[in-house]
Amino acid sequence: MIVQNLFFGMLATVMGLAAIRVVTAQNVVHAALYLVVVLGGVAGIFILLAAEFAAVTQVLVYIGAVVVLFLFGLMLTRAPIGKTANLDNDQKVLAAVVAVMLLGVLLWSQFDAFGRAILEPQRVGTTGMVGDSIFVQYLIPFEIISVLLLAALVGAIVLARKE
Amino acid sequence: MILNQFLALAAVLFCIGVYGVLARRNAVLVLMSIELILNAVNINLVAFGAFHDTVAGQVFALFVIAVAAAEVGVGLAIVLLIYRNRQSVDVSELDMMKG
Repeated sequence: MIVQNLFFGMLATVMGLAAIRVVTAQNVVHAALYLVVVLGGVAGIFILLAAEFAAVTQVLVYIGAVVVLFLFGLMLTRAPIGKTANLDNDQKVLAAVVAVMLLGVLLWSQFDAFGRAILEPQRVGTTGMVGDSIFVQYLIPFEIISVLLLAALVGAIVLARKE
Repeated sequence: MILNQFLALAAVLFCIGVYGVLARRNAVLVLMSIELILNAVNINLVAFGAFHDTVAGQVFALFVIAVAAAEVGVGLAIVLLIYRNRQSVDVSELDMMKG
């Protein structure tokens, strides 16, 4: 119990700081690498919630594939590697105000709704149940996701190839 | 652990992502901020799934991960196309549809 809270505190601190660096770093490659830290932290949070299959998928798909795509995107758009001063636009202050107000509303409503509701994952080793659930209860959404991925694949090729 | 610590972490990530979408100039960095937002939603889904003792939250988180992967693929293809046409990925210059 104490250990879980300790790990949660460590993960949350690292993730929060890294997420702030993702949106403030003046070096695009550093932003992508801080994004890796945040995504790994999310995988750790999934482990804390006893969702090990989601954690492994997070590492495989996000850190393995999405971040590589981002790095390729940065290279192909010839974003300047190194410090650049103009990665933020002139709405920075307004954006920060909006984000802080949104955070206040979200935190207030969450604490109002759930207070100190205890969350103790009842089961560990839920991968089998997740598989059963996907292939029985959520079979049709699962098949639709496969069609969506095919459409995204074809669409990305059509968009990105040279005429 | 209490439910609210996960919800609060997700809210913080979500708001940082919103700030990034609003304040960033480079389209690839905007897409990265969108990933932050999607991850905040995933934390919420898995936390509520554990709270209600069901695996549906995890299943939906997996669906969100798949949709996010598709979104990044198509989004980066669009960004590449914009770069090829305009030699820039600055989203504040993309005002062709403004009347």
